[in-house]
Amino acid sequence: MSVTNGFAVVARNVGKTYGEGKSAVTALGNVSLEIRKGEFFTLLGPSGCGKTSLLRCIAGFETPTSGAILLSGRDITYDPPNSRPINTVFQSYALFPHLTVAQNVGFGLKMQGKPKAEIASATARVLALVKLEAFADRLPQQMSGGQQQRVALARALAPAPEVLLLDEPLSALDLKLRKEMQGELKRLQIETGITFIFVTHDQEEALTMSDRIGIMSAGDLLQVGPPREIYNNPVNRFVADFIGETNFLTAEVRNNVVRIGAGHEFAVPLNGRQGTITLAIRPEQVSLGPAGTGLPAKVVEATYLGTDTHYTVALQDDSRLTARIQSNTTASLEVGDQVGLMIDPNAIRVLEA
Amino acid sequence: MKRNDKASRNARNGWLLSTPALLVLFVAATGPLVIVVLYSFLEKGDYSGVRWIFSGEAWFRILFERDIFDGTVSLADANLSIIWRSIKLSFMTTVITFVLGLPTAWFIATRSPASRAFWLFLITIPFWTNLLIRTFAIMEVLRNQGLLNTFLIHYGLIDTPLQILYTDTAVLIGMAYVYLPLMVLPLFAAIDRFDFKLIEAGYDLYASRMNILRHVILPIIKPGIVAGCILTFIPSLGAYVTPRILGGGKNMMIGNFIELQFGQGQNWPLGAALSTVLLVIVLGSLVLYTRISSRRAG
Repeated sequence: MSVTNGFAVVARNVGKTYGEGKSAVTALGNVSLEIRKGEFFTLLGPSGCGKTSLLRCIAGFETPTSGAILLSGRDITYDPPNSRPINTVFQSYALFPHLTVAQNVGFGLKMQGKPKAEIASATARVLALVKLEAFADRLPQQMSGGQQQRVALARALAPAPEVLLLDEPLSALDLKLRKEMQGELKRLQIETGITFIFVTHDQEEALTMSDRIGIMSAGDLLQVGPPREIYNNPVNRFVADFIGETNFLTAEVRNNVVRIGAGHEFAVPLNGRQGTITLAIRPEQVSLGPAGTGLPAKVVEATYLGTDTHYTVALQDDSRLTARIQSNTTASLEVGDQVGLMIDPNAIRVLEA
Repeated sequence: MKRNDKASRNARNGWLLSTPALLVLFVAATGPLVIVVLYSFLEKGDYSGVRWIFSGEAWFRILFERDIFDGTVSLADANLSIIWRSIKLSFMTTVITFVLGLPTAWFIATRSPASRAFWLFLITIPFWTNLLIRTFAIMEVLRNQGLLNTFLIHYGLIDTPLQILYTDTAVLIGMAYVYLPLMVLPLFAAIDRFDFKLIEAGYDLYASRMNILRHVILPIIKPGIVAGCILTFIPSLGAYVTPRILGGGKNMMIGNFIELQFGQGQNWPLGAALSTVLLVIVLGSLVLYTRISSRRAG
């Protein structure tokens, strides 16, 4: 049994460069990635990080400059898109404007040469799955954005691909619809058991839906792991900053003890690091007490956000931290108040400086 | 009641305001048409013009001819073959311009916006050149000692010059050349609006290149195809200069035949009847095209 058998898609040292010579642009450095069968995998990163290039290499629209792409252990690097059992949900949906919803959904099966009866039953089944049975005879342009999104999804699911690629499919929808579709996508993924590879730049979207997330930046894959692991243990400053809000503090390590600001000491697991380091602290893990407890600090900004209030506090050396405090737990603080800052040492992550 | 008054006054004012447009429409379009149809039912004058006596002779003569000596009636083969040739050549012109125009329009539409303007400029240059000059240029290319034959003989492809000039082929080449821009421009406009993502979507959904052309590209740019075909077929039907010069007077099309009736033939009613026939063919093909274009692709 091959080692790749448990994986739906494997990218092996995939590199992609556009252009040649001086004007060459590297979209993918050297990406290796294993995506498990039946998982909801998200490629997350800012625009231009290479996530779409990687997706297009998997779909077959681009050929990697180096490396290989495997589908269920089979090398598909040079297969054209129409011979890969992989379907794509495009960011712009790319629905065929001259075909009805049912014809759009049945397109893939028709091109595969499936008999009419099979196309009809598969189309009806998939339309039911996305709750669009009533719209089978509409044209795409007669439907709302959210409905078009479902048609695009149904069209890509109808041929029962091994892998479904989703290229920022929710970015054109308004917030409420996007939330709704997030749940819908997750439900569809579980119901169909198809491997979903989802591309987004929205970290919240990635955290809510994914089984695992791959964080990309500048053509490289920085970290792969379940959402919780990525949130709690970011490998570097970029990941920590990109996922959720993070306070970064520069600290000194002396005699295996971390010192912040004017001499306050923390016992933080250091793995033998010395000298100047960066600490990453989530705002919800910072608490504020009365002056005299913990680190002395001064409130410089208070933003009321309903359930939570964000306080920006300045330490004595003027480094700043944001604390997210539940609004009803403490008496509200005013700008200028002296407070005592407390951080749970277990919640502090040490990053390379 | 009051509201009704106002509505009717508005309607009256509306008619009043559109009077100039209606007048132009009548004087320039409907009026002449009525005269043409009317003339086709009159007797021909001695030299030219008409005599105001009702006669079906012109219509009869389109389809039939009477023997000069014994007065026997037979089908007017000459007239019918001219009408048939016009339809045939126009249809072939449309097909040729489509086959040449589609890749051309595709090429232009897929260039960068800057060079696109340049290519479009090249396509439209012939528009600004006199039709006669362009047709004589084609004649220079096609004649026995012309560019094409010299070239073919020089490279040993043929021994004796090909007689292309004064044949239907020459007319066809000339018309295809003249009407090509009219095909390319609407096709370009349609392809320019085409969302190329749809090709990727089709390719992703197991379509072969041929199937993408058949099931995605052609149905979506169909309005452009229909417009191009109408713009090519209809002027081809009534073409006059091209068949006159390249067909050499032998290979007449309806346009030349009509001219003949108003000129040398001095038979205005027949010319008017032929013009009406041309108009009917044009309207018929327009109806056909709209039928095709409104039919939903399945």
